[in-house]
Amino acid sequence: MSNSFVWLTLFLLGCYHGLNPGMGWLFAVALGYQDRSTLAVVRAIVPLTLGHVISVAIVVLVATFAAVQLPHKAVHVAAAAILIGFGVYRLVRARHIRWVGMRVGFWGLTLWGFLMSSAHGAGLMLLPMVMPMSGSAGAARGAFTMSWLMVGVHTLGYVVTVAAVALLVYMKFGVRFLRTAWLNVDAVWAAALILTGIIAFLT
Amino acid sequence: MLLKPDPTFYASPKDAINAPPETLAYVALLSTTGNGVPHRIGVIDTDPTSPRYATEIGGVALPNTGDEVHHFGWNACSAALCPFAPHPHVERRYLIVPGLRSSRIHIIDTKPDPSQPRIVRVIEPEEIVKRTGYTRPHTVHCGPDAIYISALGNADGDGPGGIFMMDCDTFDIIGPWEKDRGPQYLAYDFWWHLTHDVLISSEWGTPKMLEGGLNPELLLAGKYGHHLHFWDLKSRKHKQSIDLGAEQQMVLELRPSHDPANEWGFAGVVVSLKDLSSSIWLWHRRNGEWTADKVIEIPAEPADPSVLPDLLKGFAAVPPLLSDIDLSVDDRYLYASCWGTGEMRQYDVSDPFNPKLVGSVRIGGIAKRTPHPANPGKALAGGPQMVEISRDGRRVYFTNSLYRAWDDQFYPDGIGSWMVKLDVAGDGKIAFDEKFFVEFDPAHRVHQVRLQGGDASSDSYCFS
Repeated sequence: MSNSFVWLTLFLLGCYHGLNPGMGWLFAVALGYQDRSTLAVVRAIVPLTLGHVISVAIVVLVATFAAVQLPHKAVHVAAAAILIGFGVYRLVRARHIRWVGMRVGFWGLTLWGFLMSSAHGAGLMLLPMVMPMSGSAGAARGAFTMSWLMVGVHTLGYVVTVAAVALLVYMKFGVRFLRTAWLNVDAVWAAALILTGIIAFLT
Repeated sequence: MLLKPDPTFYASPKDAINAPPETLAYVALLSTTGNGVPHRIGVIDTDPTSPRYATEIGGVALPNTGDEVHHFGWNACSAALCPFAPHPHVERRYLIVPGLRSSRIHIIDTKPDPSQPRIVRVIEPEEIVKRTGYTRPHTVHCGPDAIYISALGNADGDGPGGIFMMDCDTFDIIGPWEKDRGPQYLAYDFWWHLTHDVLISSEWGTPKMLEGGLNPELLLAGKYGHHLHFWDLKSRKHKQSIDLGAEQQMVLELRPSHDPANEWGFAGVVVSLKDLSSSIWLWHRRNGEWTADKVIEIPAEPADPSVLPDLLKGFAAVPPLLSDIDLSVDDRYLYASCWGTGEMRQYDVSDPFNPKLVGSVRIGGIAKRTPHPANPGKALAGGPQMVEISRDGRRVYFTNSLYRAWDDQFYPDGIGSWMVKLDVAGDGKIAFDEKFFVEFDPAHRVHQVRLQGGDASSDSYCFS
């Protein structure tokens, strides 16, 4: 994988995560409607993004640590197994998040964003990009710097998408289209995780 | 699991009023005698172009006897589009049908043939008691994280009644909903302001206060429910009670505004001990505190004691006995069933603080026995009771049985079993559909109506 391809993929994965109505933008829109304020939409995006970052960063940093500390092959096989296993789990047991409450504050929204991203295995999807980079970075310090950068690029993709979609929907389109356009990406998502696992296994 | 959201889900009430007209209605048909004959769910053809329009075209009998079907609801609804717990790719497919007397719960599949539903699971009362402590399941609402079901009492037929949860994927009983019930003891209906994290519950009586018939001593002592309760939906804690006054007996149906931006709704009270009137109260939030104002009062009507049942002879009047109310999806019209006087009232509630009586039809009634235009020669017993409005607000269906033991007290010479429909014109004027007069077999009475694809009391919305 070339470097620019990796960065682009990280960014686009962020966009993909951000595009999913269940990953934040719809919540921001609903809060905007409730307070009848564009500012409320924007205000919600900050904790939603924070929650996403925390979820993704934990996975990426643990993977980086493993890649630096443990034998290369073992880490790859383990990562692939986790990805495929999680993908299969999501295919077989598709349960939605059991969350009640819309009047949540900053930290409530952060927790929600974290739970949603974690439940979807958002961070796991980055593994094939993270493992080779961190492995090749040599020194542990360099590997972690690189990992943070990756989380950053991914998050940029996420936040740009969430902000753009939330504001466009809130100010222009409304949510009417959801009932016909909201594709069930959970199955696609699970398939993507499994595919990612296979890629991780092969590379 | 669907690839796209269930087509019957709508993000907002504004969208839902554009829903296509229903072609089927499901009705609860309870056994008239209460023993030996199974209760059932009937399917009524509501497609005016169909040759079988306004007839029962299918149904399913429950496997046991003595269940007493009453209220029921869907496994999923528009609340699945709510942003904090989105799961719009489930199907509105299963009817959750409690037996109010047996405490058995039936899961009924309306696919593949919606006119021939099938029972796919029966949850026995022992299971419900074991997991929740509750019995006599009543109202069913599809919530963001589970199916919520209210229950009137405990295993001994006493209180407290409350709410329990059912897993929306497996239909397993999860457990009681409340973490802190505060002073709440009696239960009946509940609904919510979903986007404000508020649940509201009302009060009827414990099973012992109901199942032997309306107890005049308890009634005159003001022992039936007269409170509204407000709860925090997130923490499941009781937050506030409003006492409507002990003379306001039986606070039943709760109809919050469908628009999630609003924090108000209507509650119906069956009878006032002062003057036998019925009333409708508007709850709303003022400076963070909930208050309730009486916005509608329906007076009793004088009547010749010779035509009255024993219970009412001494009063020489018929109480309206407001038994159900229903709010159209656009929050414009409130329908009020006066089961005693035999009147269906229509209020314009564009300003919910100042409802205007704009329409009324008469049918049945304890004293009047008004016939239906389809059969003007036949005096009808029973009166407007469970009422359901189509999502577009153009059709209003209602049935005539209240509750088996109570029917017999107020209509001792028999109540019959009928379902009728009102058409609502573009300007809001209501009139009977003369082609829609469904009479059921004498072995069954008819209670709640649920319309295919959802109706005005089945769905909650998270967007304005």
